[in-house]
Amino acid sequence: MMTVNEVLTLENQQEKIGALLLHGYRFVTMTVVDKGEEFDIIYHFDLDYDMVNYQLVLKKGDVLPSISDICFAAVIVENEIQDLFGITVSNLAIDYEKHFLLAPDAPAEPFCRVPGVGVTAVKTTAAAAENGGDK
Amino acid sequence: MSMLVPFGPQHPVLPEPLQLRLELDDEKVVSAIPVVGYVHRGLEKLAEQKDFIQDTYLIERVCGICSFQHSMAYSMGVEEIMNIEVPERANYLRVIWAELHRMHSHLLALGLLADAFGFENLFYTIWKVREEIMDAMEATTGARVMLGACCIGGVRKDINAEQAKFVLEKLANFEKDFKRPAEVILGDYSVKERLCGVGIIDGKKAYELGTVGPALRGSGVAKDHRMTGYAAYGKLGFEPVVENDCDCYARTKVRVRELYQSCELVKAALAALPEGELKTPFKGNPLGEAAVRVEQPRGEVLYYLRGNGTDKLDRLRIRTPTFANIAPLLNMLVGCGLPDVAVIILSIDPCISCTER
Amino acid sequence: MRLFSIFKDILGNLVKGPVTRNYPAEVRDPFPGERGKLVIDEKSCIFCGMCAKKCPANALTVTRQPKEWKFERFRCIICGACVEACPKKCLSMVPRLAEEPKAEAKAKEKAE
Repeated sequence: MMTVNEVLTLENQQEKIGALLLHGYRFVTMTVVDKGEEFDIIYHFDLDYDMVNYQLVLKKGDVLPSISDICFAAVIVENEIQDLFGITVSNLAIDYEKHFLLAPDAPAEPFCRVPGVGVTAVKTTAAAAENGGDK
Repeated sequence: MSMLVPFGPQHPVLPEPLQLRLELDDEKVVSAIPVVGYVHRGLEKLAEQKDFIQDTYLIERVCGICSFQHSMAYSMGVEEIMNIEVPERANYLRVIWAELHRMHSHLLALGLLADAFGFENLFYTIWKVREEIMDAMEATTGARVMLGACCIGGVRKDINAEQAKFVLEKLANFEKDFKRPAEVILGDYSVKERLCGVGIIDGKKAYELGTVGPALRGSGVAKDHRMTGYAAYGKLGFEPVVENDCDCYARTKVRVRELYQSCELVKAALAALPEGELKTPFKGNPLGEAAVRVEQPRGEVLYYLRGNGTDKLDRLRIRTPTFANIAPLLNMLVGCGLPDVAVIILSIDPCISCTER
Repeated sequence: MRLFSIFKDILGNLVKGPVTRNYPAEVRDPFPGERGKLVIDEKSCIFCGMCAKKCPANALTVTRQPKEWKFERFRCIICGACVEACPKKCLSMVPRLAEEPKAEAKAKEKAE
């Protein structure tokens, strides 16, 4: 089971991740999960085979500040989530303007779920934990 | 005066479509910008629409080289969420196929690298050796690449005594046949001229940029996810292969040494193969999230799964090794000459269809 | 300094002759258990639809009324999930180059 070590907010995101990188952690990747009304953004970091996960909940339509200035390795994955989920990421080191993976004539935001359509995620992990977790 | 040269997407040395926009100053590369997306298929989204057992077969098709390790990582993720204990024999069998896959992938990469610096004869010789490994896989699972041998809770195929003997025979052939090409690729003057001192990335920089696999170990960082001892690696005794030269030659040397190491691992796993069940039956659907990492031929892969209690997953995210190696690749390319670009790209063993999924 | 170290092998290859088989005149025997193509013994099929349900590629369609088992060969990814799911064991994987079982007999059956 994966544990979320800390929940970030938009204000302290840069500071917390910067502090983690100073401890020798390195960036692994970012995962975005569409929950209908908002996105779960999970930052995975690693040190000595040990993974630390930071979670950020982003409302749909909000702008996500990029971490590519403090951690260049994130630039590729941030461009990818810009394409696939339509999240606008600000201050990118290299900005492909939402055409990194997708061609100009491709459907926009293909990985997004329209609220109410195709959303099967009624139970989130937090709700599952309240019910006594995984059996 | 600088000029812009598009390298790819169709280029004689690239097995898959990838474009690098190179900014050149005379012959020296000043900067490189990757352009990908030619083979984006949206497999992560498709995986949300199939049920989680069917996904095992779908996930295998993310990559045509390390397919078994993809399905293995996915199965390990579901097993972690559902608390399924994998039988010991299945763990050993997984190691055998995973290492056979590593061997065929490294041989493929070495062959393509030889082709990239124009050594066609070496390319054919190495690929000839690769056929031995492909035969070993076909004889044990019934397919050459898409083994379909891994399933949630264990494995679907077994290796009997006769097949084990056949695999050992093929491994002996590999050791015998690979001796000469290994001598050439590591010792020949012309090969060394093309690889030594090219594409240098130091250990600290490589670590910070998130490099994985042989590209990281070639820069002197002993990081190999098999050290965590998943499947049966913990019981087989394992030391990561490390080289300190930080260049293309070091990365090639890591691959050659890992080939022999994988060969030993398969032999050890076959010798220690315990009797028992192949598969643990399970019921129910995954609920919860897991992040699993497995060492593939090109580096570590991360699988993030979130199940919601139905038979369809909420989210499946795959971070493949080449995806992590793009940022360091851009760093390696700065300052190299245009003729070395192809060699540097192939020294990280890129898999573009993996990267774009 | 070693130069032209591959020459030894090149000369060896010149003497030894080809390593490849003279395909298709000479065909290697398939390994036992090779997954080549899917065949069905339709006589023992009960049209339960388990195979169609398990197929990850949607290559199979089974209908009970009228009793029909349809297989789209180009969609098949030859994983063998249907073979494992079949309760009557009427599906099987055969090597790719194996003869179609009773192709003529089938045609005859249809004609009748």
